[in-house]
Amino acid sequence: MADPKPGNAAPAKKAATGAYTPSGVSPNRRARRSYTIRLWAVRHSRFLEWFYSRFADMFLLLHPLWKALGYNRVETPITFVERNVKGLLFDCRMCGQCVLSSTGMSCPMNCPKQLRNGPCGGVRANGNCEVEPDMPCVWVKAWEGSRNMVRGDAIMNVQKPVNQSLRETSSWLRVTAQAAEAREAAAAARKDA
Amino acid sequence: MAHIDENPLGRHLPLDPLPGHSSRGRLERVLRRGEFAVTAELNPPDSANPEDVYERAAIFEGWVDGINAVDASGANCHMSSVGICALLTRMGYAPIMQIACRDKNRIAIQGDVLGAAAMGVTNIMCLTGDGVQAGDQPGAKPVFDLDCMSLLETVRIMRDNSKFLSGRKLTSPPQVFLGAAINPFAPPYDFRPHRLAKKIEAGAQFVQSQYCFDVPMFKEYMKKVRDLGLDEKCFILVGVGPMASARTANWIRNNVPGIHIPDAVIKRLEGAQDQKKEGKQLCIDIINEVKDIKGVSGVHVMAYRQEEYVAEIVHESGVLKGRTPWKREENPGDSMVAERLEHLKEGKPENQEEMAEIAAHHPH
Repeated sequence: MADPKPGNAAPAKKAATGAYTPSGVSPNRRARRSYTIRLWAVRHSRFLEWFYSRFADMFLLLHPLWKALGYNRVETPITFVERNVKGLLFDCRMCGQCVLSSTGMSCPMNCPKQLRNGPCGGVRANGNCEVEPDMPCVWVKAWEGSRNMVRGDAIMNVQKPVNQSLRETSSWLRVTAQAAEAREAAAAARKDA
Repeated sequence: MAHIDENPLGRHLPLDPLPGHSSRGRLERVLRRGEFAVTAELNPPDSANPEDVYERAAIFEGWVDGINAVDASGANCHMSSVGICALLTRMGYAPIMQIACRDKNRIAIQGDVLGAAAMGVTNIMCLTGDGVQAGDQPGAKPVFDLDCMSLLETVRIMRDNSKFLSGRKLTSPPQVFLGAAINPFAPPYDFRPHRLAKKIEAGAQFVQSQYCFDVPMFKEYMKKVRDLGLDEKCFILVGVGPMASARTANWIRNNVPGIHIPDAVIKRLEGAQDQKKEGKQLCIDIINEVKDIKGVSGVHVMAYRQEEYVAEIVHESGVLKGRTPWKREENPGDSMVAERLEHLKEGKPENQEEMAEIAAHHPH
């Protein structure tokens, strides 16, 4: 029988009945790994912000290549790389619309409520999650991470709801395609003027 | 001069939306007039009997400015907030309908908002909701399609732009006063005022706070809120409530995340002869302390299973002093229902074949 989690009445009550409770029940079906790397990413949010901005520039430089190969065709391998790299660093959930730059490099999709706009009211006094008492609240970490970043105040922006149809697609390619489009539109506007 | 709580064309006329008001509700009028608002929470029944709702609402009859109809609070199953609101609006109460993002996706929520507004709900409170793990059915699927912020924005867009989230037009937008929740007593403390700013940006017009037992901490929060100028953009109602005993307080502190109870409060309860009475007195003292904080517009009294004490607490704290008496009025749809009822009472036998014939020849 799983030991009842401190600070959460319901599992304790259930455990007291003697009913079988599998350990570490999480309806979010996350792979439960330790939070070491995720927390490292938050501590180094400033470096990761700098690195990502270079990385995004490089991806944009490669735009002609993506276009020649076809964005559709490179989607699968890029998604594979993105899932594994970001999965290792941030426990990425592949929502397909990355907001790490606005959330202090702490992935908000790891919040059991998948909040994208800040912490809920249930954060424990020790800064841990109310639902998963062993996990540091991703939004407490997000706030810490954002304070180190140059553009950390992006955490104040209201985020749109997640578009579920973009799940399991590459955020990197989408951002690149959008940036390229914006650049071309700007160039076209300049030519007209 | 016509009072702000009246229709400018005459006292007997129903409330019209006032300039700058987004709802026809009383709560918004009371708050905008600068009166100290009092809201309370209805304990939702675990039954299909409307009487249970009316019995519990009767305690608040007339003197409360808004009754919160909770949406499966603590992720425990109860009568739905839509159902409670349908019953309450029918009887002329002014509910604050809570919507939690835990159980419904954006399609269901937008439909509920329209339905609620059609029933006469004028206040909607947007919440994220507790995780399913906290409740009596931890195996349920957590939805969390929207979060409280995007929910606020969604309802605001429906009201102000007459549009669904998808951009599809509404023929008649829901006129609602939008609320949200705040918890100044949970980390990250520095971010909490900014989170309120975000909620206001997303559409919150009033907020109700989590239980306030630590007044110095709340004062600190309010100072930051005032520095950001948020108290002028939003009405802040402080959550208060009586504790039945030191044991209950201790249990809540250890088992309900998000409720912060300082040691001093527990000591004070433990030291009392009659702990229940002391809990009530403590609640009154807290109301008297917070009501003078600049930027506080009212209190939200949560007295789970002690609803009968809410009246005493509010009366003894004297926050309703100097209120102008108000008059009840019917919902726009009520006369239609009354007419229909009369028709039903006649008990005329209905000949279906004839009626179908008449309907078939109805010009369209």
